[in-house]
Amino acid sequence: MKHSVKIAAVGVVFAGTAVLADPVAPTEVAYGDYGEVETSLTGTPGDPAAGEIIMVDRGKGNCIACHQVTALEQYPFHGEVGPTLDGVADRWTESDLRGLVANAKMVFPDTMMPAFYKSEGYIRPGDGYTGSAAEEPLEPILEAQEVEDVVAYLMTLNEAN
Amino acid sequence: MKHYALSAVLGLAAATSALAQEEAQLVINGDLEITTRAPAPDHLDRLSEITSGWVYRSRETQELQADDFDNPGMIFVDDARAAWATAEGAAEQSCQSCHGDPEEMAGVRPVYPKWNEDAGEVRTLAMQVNDCRETRMEAEPWGYTSGDMVNMEALMASVSRGMPINVAIDGPVAETLAKGEELYYTRFGQLELSCANCHEDNYDNNIRSDHLSQGQINGFPVYRLKNARLNATHSRFRGCVRDTRAETFSAGSPEFVALELYVASRGNGLSVEGPSVRN
Ligand code: HEC
Ligand code: HEC
Repeated sequence: MKHSVKIAAVGVVFAGTAVLADPVAPTEVAYGDYGEVETSLTGTPGDPAAGEIIMVDRGKGNCIACHQVTALEQYPFHGEVGPTLDGVADRWTESDLRGLVANAKMVFPDTMMPAFYKSEGYIRPGDGYTGSAAEEPLEPILEAQEVEDVVAYLMTLNEAN
Repeated sequence: MKHYALSAVLGLAAATSALAQEEAQLVINGDLEITTRAPAPDHLDRLSEITSGWVYRSRETQELQADDFDNPGMIFVDDARAAWATAEGAAEQSCQSCHGDPEEMAGVRPVYPKWNEDAGEVRTLAMQVNDCRETRMEAEPWGYTSGDMVNMEALMASVSRGMPINVAIDGPVAETLAKGEELYYTRFGQLELSCANCHEDNYDNNIRSDHLSQGQINGFPVYRLKNARLNATHSRFRGCVRDTRAETFSAGSPEFVALELYVASRGNGLSVEGPSVRN
């Protein structure tokens, strides 16, 4: 129910099925009381293999800039700024992880972790890494489906892995 | 023998650990001792110890700074010595005409940025150099981060090497200092990162392949192996702000002057090191 209400609210046109609906806009993401996001941003299940690439790509998530991940050891240089993501799927639910990737500040208000699915409310927003100004709304750092892919990858990081 | 002090200390520590580099002492040319660790100044209550960026560099990079023949930045100091003694501009004066030998300027670098009473403003070394050029030499000002300017800053730093940074933080600079402090803690850009996020909360941590330092400026200008030239303080600030996916401030802007004063004050007690060597 929540899902269809939200889609109606942002005026999305259905193309046959809900799965093909436009993604939830960054400004429309519904965060729960603990920063979790229950509903998929796209309705299309995330692809963990695509998520893995985003995790290590410097121009995308670059998550290993700050986090150590044993399963990603073949990619060099893991940072020490955030906690290890090993076993993260045992500590958090899929909804929690979606919220953490979309905007970790909803979970940890002062965290250093950037919001990956946010488009406005920045101080001196820039045009990528050019140093020039950019007008809000910005393109979020990750697209909706990329967030889903990363979440799907994180869900593979349980104790068994 | 040249690197005796450095190698001796390194030799005692475990060969591979990051600690090995961090316990090393910097002694330049075998006799000039550099303070790379000092108690944090009183106004900086968020840190107990301040450290030079030199501490976090690899052993190879550290060693380049221990001898002036190995330090690629020293070539530019020689260029600046020539410029120092060359008359330019309508007044037909050189820096030497007013100031004598560059060595006479020992003690200048540690107290900049500082308040200029006549102008009623906080001045960086670059601003002061350009003021001399314009009003005394009647010459064209240099670009704020131009090669000529950075070289001259390297000369000014080199004759003060080993002296403790000691910028004034009270009296007329208080307002500028407060503005600089505010900028230091502002989370800029799409990554919403402040200087403090990286250089206060996470120094000595790796962020991807970069080993974060405290972002001190006692070593400026720095020769970076990455771009093979001397880099000005404001160029480094621009790079760091750009890397937060923010619109940067320009070199010489009031914002960066304020930030420079504040960041310099965080390093009060570290030695002047410039021109230093970094990766
Ligand atoms: C600039 C640093 C930085 C980057 C980049 C970053 N994170 Fe984080 N992350 C953190 C920090 C710091 C925390 C700890 C939360 C806190 O207390 O501030 C964290 C927490 C987390 C957590 C919760 C971990 C736990 O066990 O509690 C997850 C999951 C997470 N990050 C995933 C990601 C993913 C996925 C990406 C990339 C898409 C990413 N992070 C990028 C800094 C970062
Ligand atoms: C995303 C992380 C990040 C942020 C935010 C950041 N920096 Fe840096 N900074 C770095 C890295 C990485 C280096 C290179 C390694 C080092 O010296 O720390 C660096 C280097 C420096 C240096 C050179 C230090 C030396 O000894 O050579 C200075 C000075 C500096 N930063 C100042 C700042 C200031 C001022 C700000 C805020 C306007 C800032 N940085 C914001 C990552 C950052």
